[in-house]
Amino acid sequence: MAAVTPEQLHGHHAPSGLMRWLTTTNHKDIGTMYMVFSFIMFLSGGVMALTIRAELFQPGLQVVQPEFFNQLTTMHGLVMVFGAIMPAFVGFANWMIPLMIGASDMAFARMNNWSFWLLPPAAILLIGSFFVPGGATAAGWTLYAPLSVQMGMGMDLAIFAIHIMGISSIMGAINIVVTVLNMRAPGMTMMKMPLFCWTWLITAYLLIAVMPVLAGAVTMVLTDRHFGTSFFNAAGGGDPVMYQHIFWFFGHPEVYIMILPAFGIVSQIIPTFARKPLFGYASMVYATASIAILSFAVWAHHMFATGMPAAGQLFFMYATMLIAVPTGVKVFNWVATMWRGALSFETPMLWAVGFIFVFTMGGFTGLICAIAPIDIQVQDTYYVVAHFHYVLVAGSLFALFAGAYYWLPKWTGHMPSEALGKLHFWCSMIFFNITFFPMHFLGLAGMPRRIPDYALQFADFNAMASVGAFGFGLSQLIFLVAVVKCIRGGERAAARSWESAEGLEWTVPSPAPHHTFEEAPVIR
Amino acid sequence: MGRAGRIAGLFLASFVPLAHAEQPHARYNLQQPVTGIAEQINDMHTLMLVICLFIFVGVFGVMFWAVFNHRKAKGAVAAHFHENTAVEIAWTVIPVLILLGMAWPATKTVIAMKDTSNPDITVKATGYQWKWGYDYLQGEGEGIRFLSALSTPREQIEGSAPKGDAYLLEVDNPLVVPVGKKIRVLLTANDVIHSWWVPAFGVKQDAIPGFIRDTWFRAEKEGIYRGNCAELCGRDHGFMPVVVHVLSAEKYAAWVAEQKAKATAASPSVTAPGQG
Repeated sequence: MAAVTPEQLHGHHAPSGLMRWLTTTNHKDIGTMYMVFSFIMFLSGGVMALTIRAELFQPGLQVVQPEFFNQLTTMHGLVMVFGAIMPAFVGFANWMIPLMIGASDMAFARMNNWSFWLLPPAAILLIGSFFVPGGATAAGWTLYAPLSVQMGMGMDLAIFAIHIMGISSIMGAINIVVTVLNMRAPGMTMMKMPLFCWTWLITAYLLIAVMPVLAGAVTMVLTDRHFGTSFFNAAGGGDPVMYQHIFWFFGHPEVYIMILPAFGIVSQIIPTFARKPLFGYASMVYATASIAILSFAVWAHHMFATGMPAAGQLFFMYATMLIAVPTGVKVFNWVATMWRGALSFETPMLWAVGFIFVFTMGGFTGLICAIAPIDIQVQDTYYVVAHFHYVLVAGSLFALFAGAYYWLPKWTGHMPSEALGKLHFWCSMIFFNITFFPMHFLGLAGMPRRIPDYALQFADFNAMASVGAFGFGLSQLIFLVAVVKCIRGGERAAARSWESAEGLEWTVPSPAPHHTFEEAPVIR
Repeated sequence: MGRAGRIAGLFLASFVPLAHAEQPHARYNLQQPVTGIAEQINDMHTLMLVICLFIFVGVFGVMFWAVFNHRKAKGAVAAHFHENTAVEIAWTVIPVLILLGMAWPATKTVIAMKDTSNPDITVKATGYQWKWGYDYLQGEGEGIRFLSALSTPREQIEGSAPKGDAYLLEVDNPLVVPVGKKIRVLLTANDVIHSWWVPAFGVKQDAIPGFIRDTWFRAEKEGIYRGNCAELCGRDHGFMPVVVHVLSAEKYAAWVAEQKAKATAASPSVTAPGQG
């Protein structure tokens, strides 16, 4: 490929139509593509979730058979984690990090294009695996061996999809690290950076550290399946539990990969609508770093029921409990930022406050799960399902919506409809709690997760959760309408779209022109 | 006794504990504990819930106070403070102290759960896709072995017959143990990982193919206790319950004698050579 000429860089002779999107190296185009991709995956994973909830609406088998049910729970997890939540945050990083630090683009613009365009083939492999003989993998999103060794070829497709998505994530993460470290505008010291950039910088290091670990784990499953190795087969000298150690060494940092950027987004929004600077900026940075470091020392709390020695259980219990401290600091800082502010509740602020409220409930159940003896009772029950949906849906997803409504004016040049945004918020908030709150009771009372049918005493709460889930799913269409309306038109957004929004992104016009900060701004 | 009397009698009977006392179904909270460990877990959970509730009310009391009172629409003017070292140290140190308070009872329970020494009876439970196998290895009943599979009829699952009370939580051959005795359970599996879980005992232990893990319980009350496989193990993961009958010492002895007699009848060539 020939060198990029200045004309191409300035967009006058840039390809148009499909080729524009295929060949673009512009961080804004790529950010947009990431977000569109993740929304499509979000809807696909949502359809799977609703099929699951339809089956669980009442006891007995009505809608799907157990094998397909297991495929749905597995794929719902994989699609939401790797297809929806992670790419959405990378999309935000692409759009906002260069604008926030005064850079003209991401450091490696072509690699950026490649990291995005790896995702659609991975998604096709993953979703396509439903249609191969034997169907998609039904081993749970954790793909525990030896169950994953038993699966049909859908499992192999999932492994390759994970490989590809992992490569994409690693390249995206390297790009973010280099951009943040090298491309800040003069005067933008690390400790002046918006918190979103800090949380993403730390997240990117986590990604680089753990995505190869996941690749290793699934590759060992692949060779156990086809090439006669016995990594996870005791008969050949292997150990099934070793898979879990490797997987969760990836898996626990992974959950922080999905929540730290959410902390960043919320830390941008709360000060804007409190009209007051973020309380404890430095402690926020340190808390984020502490969470990231601790995340490498807590993995086996997912494995209390495997029968670790007492010393192992105690170590992982204590380390896990410690995570509550920096997480608590963050919540206290947000509340202190709101305290004696001049609050207003436009849509992004509603989502951000909603995030704090509901995410903290997930934090409390997380602390309860950390206590090893209690975890013995709730491990692999609906209590855990409730816990991680409180932190992943009410946490990550609500923060993504908060961020989307916050920066839509910058992306589209129009203010999003407050009426639609608020309707979306209240519907989501209410239906979310109708869906997931009863799951705490189900889990405590003894309903295991990943089952297509259940004992009769669980019927009422399951029916309630299913009704809530359909409400929640339909509410997300409001978001689609709000975004499409916002792209098509609406009140013109000013450069500083929200009254007291701080940061370089609000110094460029709305919508942000195709190229910004070709000349670096100087920060006082 | 008239019809009204019979109905009243039935109504009363449903509350009177029968010989095989059935646990009332838990709906909102952990199941009624019948072992010391499960009791400790329940108490710890209640304590944690109360502590979390206090923190919840404290933190969100402050937040919602701000939400309702520090509104721009109410004429609030933003203050400009953005750090306070004393406060920040306080809300780091105090949570650490609360956590220490939580860790103390939890540590004691973890150590107690791990003490599988000196059992009265040892049973090996083997997970199969999709049933459990039980082997009585040591103690009263040694040598008894059987498989335990779901006994809920297919028609109930498919909806062509009304569902029974113990729908999906009933098996053909339950594990039978005596009350008040320390039962050590060795766990392994034949194919994939399963998990042996009886909520009322506070016991959940993965059964791992190729490895032996152990756990224990001492049931303090006679009755029928029901649980499930708690690790995704393939198609019929949702259909391999765990059922334990806890009997008095005498009834247990009778059950053992009955099992031995059955085994003798089934294989006369072993116990009575020359007669078969």
